[in-house]
Amino acid sequence: MTQINKHKSRRFIGVIMLLILLIIVMFFMTLGTGVINISPLDVIRTLLGSGTDRQELVLFEFRLPRITLALLIGTGLAVSGAILQSITQNDLAEPGILGINTGAGFAVVLFIFFLQDLMGNVFSVLVMPLFALMGALLAALLIYVLAWKNGVSPIRLVLVGIGINAGFSAALVILQLKMNPQDFRQATVWLSGDIWSANWTFVLALLPWILILVPYALQKSNTLNVLNLGDDIAGGLGSKVENDRRLLLIIAVALAGASVAAGGAIAFLGLVVPHIARRIIGPLHQYTIPISALMGGLLLMVSDTIGKNLLTSMEIPVGIVVAILSAPYFVYLLIKE
Amino acid sequence: MLSNIQQSKFLKLMIVMLTLIALFFSIGLSVSFGAADIHLSTVWQAVANFNDNLTSHKVIQELRLPRAFAAAMTGAFLAVSGAVMQGLTRNPLASPSIMGVTNGAAFALVLVMAFYPAVSNFGMTIASFAGAGIAVALIFMIGSFSTGGLTPVKLALAGVAIGTLLSSLSSVIALHFQLEKQLGFWMAGGLAGTDWTSNQVLLISGIIGIVIALMISKSMTVLNLGEDVAAGLGQNNIVIKIMGILTVLLLTGAAVSVAGAIGFIGLIIPHMTRFIMGTDYRWIIPVSALFGALLLVLSDVVSRLVNAPYETPVGAITSLIGVPFFLYLARGRSGGDKK
Repeated sequence: MTQINKHKSRRFIGVIMLLILLIIVMFFMTLGTGVINISPLDVIRTLLGSGTDRQELVLFEFRLPRITLALLIGTGLAVSGAILQSITQNDLAEPGILGINTGAGFAVVLFIFFLQDLMGNVFSVLVMPLFALMGALLAALLIYVLAWKNGVSPIRLVLVGIGINAGFSAALVILQLKMNPQDFRQATVWLSGDIWSANWTFVLALLPWILILVPYALQKSNTLNVLNLGDDIAGGLGSKVENDRRLLLIIAVALAGASVAAGGAIAFLGLVVPHIARRIIGPLHQYTIPISALMGGLLLMVSDTIGKNLLTSMEIPVGIVVAILSAPYFVYLLIKE
Repeated sequence: MLSNIQQSKFLKLMIVMLTLIALFFSIGLSVSFGAADIHLSTVWQAVANFNDNLTSHKVIQELRLPRAFAAAMTGAFLAVSGAVMQGLTRNPLASPSIMGVTNGAAFALVLVMAFYPAVSNFGMTIASFAGAGIAVALIFMIGSFSTGGLTPVKLALAGVAIGTLLSSLSSVIALHFQLEKQLGFWMAGGLAGTDWTSNQVLLISGIIGIVIALMISKSMTVLNLGEDVAAGLGQNNIVIKIMGILTVLLLTGAAVSVAGAIGFIGLIIPHMTRFIMGTDYRWIIPVSALFGALLLVLSDVVSRLVNAPYETPVGAITSLIGVPFFLYLARGRSGGDKK
């Protein structure tokens, strides 16, 4: 037993080191990549404060906030997915399928449809994320209230989640078809997931959520391990199943809501990353949460740069790149297992 | 009350009869409502003794009837494939629209729209069938090549992975060729433009698909006790799974090729049916078919009426009608329920 534990924790440290290394390498590579290419050496020089004005502008005003934001969003979504999969005891659970993304999406589309023209462009960039966050929280609240009946069983949570998701997507479709083509395009891009406007304000707004909630979730790993065993066993082991689940659900929703608010409805990341983490290291949340967090950040950072630069004619929404990058690897893991 | 129904064969049969009657009348409604309202008695005459010289009879025969029948069949097929998928994967989130089948069809269609814009309706049907088939084949291959075999979890995960991959690729192509709005309309689903040819497509693959589904319905009930139990009872689970996947391909492929990606029916109707009828798939499959048909026919009528003369996407209407009812039923389940 101790042999296995030792092996596991060595493997865990190895994976974490590898991910951190990859993040650092990719960080510098993505910083240098774009319409204006900057060599890694120049990137370091600029970061140390001795680059040209032009390089400083590109790095500090455009690329650095966007890359940081991608890291944070990826982390938030991946950890949120890991929590949701455990508390619903369902492998397909993720913020996207349970209606949290569509709730946010609905609020944003409402905003684009009714309010955007009334406000200036600058102002709407700041207000849109607030709408997304409110939409996500509203969806989660609806799910919880409607699933409540002497407590919330995982299966009812999932079922009500799909119901809410279907309702919001229907409303979305109807609203979207009434839009003019330009708004329609904007909404489509948002719904496919896009880090639409990265600046330091967004980074600062998202940072506290991630810095507080991810460590908190990690600290709750044992609770998650127990909940994952099923309600009966968890109750038998002395877990206050209902309270724990509510608390963890709130954490997951807050993480997903804040991330989606800043990054659009990026689907699939929250589903696939925890699965990959689990297939690498096993089911213990002490291991899967940190790995998911790092892997989610790395995946989104790389995807964002690829989406931005692959085609010269347009940007590909980052959610699409995430799926194209991660699905094949995930499929490979499924086959190998 | 629900538990009474689950125990009594008589009540179950009553529900089947009532749904059949409701379906019959809603098809009547569907035929009589439209740009020109036609009285129900005229509808009957157009069917019983068709008169080639009357416009109303022609409208009924060539536009309204095929549309109503297509709606009924599409709804039934989506519901049955959803039920089969949820049974095979033992996951309540499984449905044709998140399991890659619909996305495969959409992918093939976008390819065709992008590279052969002049394609005929029949060509689109073929393309979406082929796309659905390729998606299913991919998912199935993932299961068969893996050392652990085709477990329910793996089937579900592979379906979602392949589905997301294909839909992402479709989005890229659509964005590049400026086809987002067409793709959006198709993803929302709709029954406008269905004719007797589409009904033939539906009928042929539908009969085969439903017969297979009914054949494996008893085994699926056993399978839901768990794979090991089923195998212990002497059941060949692999054969059941292959037949189930074949059913899903035939039914979803046909439905999607005719009516686009009408989500929600395949996900929610099987749940509703299970809430009412219990866990026996010999009941779930036929009753899902009836409920699905009824919901889609009614939704199609509503979609033509709410914003006339424009049609509202029928997929959105099915959700709006179905969600409140679904939530009510989902809440009706008792506290410590297991899946």
